[in-house]
Amino acid sequence: MANLAAVVGIGQTSYTTKRNDVSIAGLVREAAVNALNDADLTWDDIDAVILGKAPDMFEGIIMPEIYLTDALGCNGKPMLRVHTAGSVGGSTALVAASHVQSGTFDRVLTVSFEKQSESNAMWALSNPQPFSTHLNAGAGGYFAPIIREYIRRSGAPADVGIKVAVKDRLHGARNPLAHLQLPEISMEEVADSFMLWDPIRYLESCPSSDGACAMVIASEELADKASKPPAWIRGVAMRSEPTMYAGREEVNPQAGRDCAADVYKQAGISDPRKDLDVAEVYVPFSWYEPMWLENLGFAPEGEGWKLTMEGATSLIDGGDIPWNPSGGVLSSNAIGASGMIRFAEAARQVRNDAGDHQVPGAKLALGHAYGGGAQFFAMWVVGAEKA
Amino acid sequence: MKEIAIVGYQQSDAVSDAGAQNEVELIIPVLSRIFEQVGITNAQDVDFVCSGSCDYLQGAAFAFVLGVDALGAVPPIKESHVEMDAAWALYESVLKIRMGHADSALVYGFGKSSPGELPIVLSQQLDPYYLAPQWVDTISLAAMQARMMLDRGLITERDMAEVVARSRRNALDNPHAQLKGDVTADDILAEETYLSPLRRSDCCPISDGASAMVICTVEKAKAWGKPYAVISGIDHIIESHNPGMRDLTDSVSTRKAAENAGMGKGKVDVAELYAPFSHQELILSRALGLGDDTNINPSGGVLAGNLMMASGLSRIGEVFNRIVAGDAERGVAHTTSGPCLQHNLVAVLDKGEVA
Repeated sequence: MANLAAVVGIGQTSYTTKRNDVSIAGLVREAAVNALNDADLTWDDIDAVILGKAPDMFEGIIMPEIYLTDALGCNGKPMLRVHTAGSVGGSTALVAASHVQSGTFDRVLTVSFEKQSESNAMWALSNPQPFSTHLNAGAGGYFAPIIREYIRRSGAPADVGIKVAVKDRLHGARNPLAHLQLPEISMEEVADSFMLWDPIRYLESCPSSDGACAMVIASEELADKASKPPAWIRGVAMRSEPTMYAGREEVNPQAGRDCAADVYKQAGISDPRKDLDVAEVYVPFSWYEPMWLENLGFAPEGEGWKLTMEGATSLIDGGDIPWNPSGGVLSSNAIGASGMIRFAEAARQVRNDAGDHQVPGAKLALGHAYGGGAQFFAMWVVGAEKA
Repeated sequence: MKEIAIVGYQQSDAVSDAGAQNEVELIIPVLSRIFEQVGITNAQDVDFVCSGSCDYLQGAAFAFVLGVDALGAVPPIKESHVEMDAAWALYESVLKIRMGHADSALVYGFGKSSPGELPIVLSQQLDPYYLAPQWVDTISLAAMQARMMLDRGLITERDMAEVVARSRRNALDNPHAQLKGDVTADDILAEETYLSPLRRSDCCPISDGASAMVICTVEKAKAWGKPYAVISGIDHIIESHNPGMRDLTDSVSTRKAAENAGMGKGKVDVAELYAPFSHQELILSRALGLGDDTNINPSGGVLAGNLMMASGLSRIGEVFNRIVAGDAERGVAHTTSGPCLQHNLVAVLDKGEVA
């Protein structure tokens, strides 16, 4: 069995289109210092640093961990760099946790970031490759046909995506760090925004953000002595499958279902909607909420959209299972950090430290990230209690 | 802590240009051979898979995604990736086994460096505000480091030439080597300098290829009935990125990582050091305190062929090969990343019990 470990410090930057006031080093350091302050610790208390970000071409720096070691107080310590596509923020948190859960280290710092304003993600994702189909579509163009297939199969009404877009922005308006602050957003406004990749409208898409997120993860012994309540790591899981293969289920990927089953088993969860109090789930395009509600077992197949339409996932409507009370990826998308933000926001909830977007009395939370062609998954369950 | 064993290692030939083969085509033959070596069918038969690669070598975001196509990842597998040499993918896998979430793991690394200008490409891993805009290439940085060593009287050009000549001769016994030959130090010294004080032969070649390893718990190695070597210690440390902030003629992080990995607990029969430039082998062997009783880079090291993103894993694999062949009982493997030996990993391997 893995050693018990917990999140004892969380730090984030605010998320915005361009952080012209800081370098990349300044950006990651800001998140890291916030996490150390939150944990009431200093650089000397950290044994290793685990860094994650999405493709290097998003900033144009090869293996930026090499350059960021000074900014992250890592000189003389181990530094590991994780890259698993869009799921990377989540995977990085899991790799960081394994440093402690394996008994190898007592306390580590993990940081993930994206400074999208340094380059152009759409360009970086669209380099043609020899002998491969050139999509030149970016992420939205890739996912739009899969969403259309979901709508066809489930018979979901056309405004489900609009409802999610509004709900997550109203959540985001309660989170001062969120990039998009749209407290007045309405269904009409989203419906009237221009169509990017049918059926995904402009306001049903995530923004392009600069930002970083950091966590301090500690052993049971150190977490017991932490100055603030720890978020105990109750389950960790990763799954991958190829982008394409004959018969691949792209709407409801097997890798996501397997990953959820694995993490629920570790955390003793049999009915995720009932057992979990809150979930922070990677939803970069609005329709992925109902799709992931089904993939993650919160609703039977074809019925995820009903939870959304009933308000079950809305903190503001008093739903029984709020999804993305922080505003989610739809409110802030610093790509490489987005997965870790989900994991960190889940931890904030069970530490009862989520400010105006706190789900009252949250004790058990899911953090979720996915990437690639919805083929890489990383998840954790964190709790206010050890078991 | 749980004892972890290496039970298989395979690599492709190091070739200067793999032609039209893409990365998946470089990986698949290596994986086929390692599955055969360990006696398994595909990645479904291990509990965890981790790889190392670099998007900028491929010239596209998500280089590793297609790598998954080589694995047979249907049904889905537990899989992760580091944007580092695969030696660090091994490190991640070791943690996964230690925490009890896997009993076995497949690790692989791959790189096709030939299409680009590698030294210039790698200049873009430097500080993006102060160093990268100057396009300082890796060879120039290494030349500066060698010049400092020569000026301080720590080495001579003949010492460097001896390293190269030994690499070329050792590589005669390595079927995967790209550069080999019955060469003397005088032959090397007769070459003109390339980026002074480095001669072309002081620099590793640019190679395409892949390597792979299977590790597992010692119990599992015994159950599989395969010869194995035990990873008795593994540690890595990074130093300041600013070349002016550290002594480039020494490798403090290598020495400390070796201490942490327990290298000093016994004699070292064999050492495989990731030294892309001849003078760096001298820095590393001195940092590790290796003497005449250690066989250094019997494979020829990376001067004989440098599979970017896989060469570090290959150093560990070469030590494993010598231990299971009975040529050595204990060995040390070293991996580096970053300019002028900025980040270093050391693994100590011991002979396992007879299966």
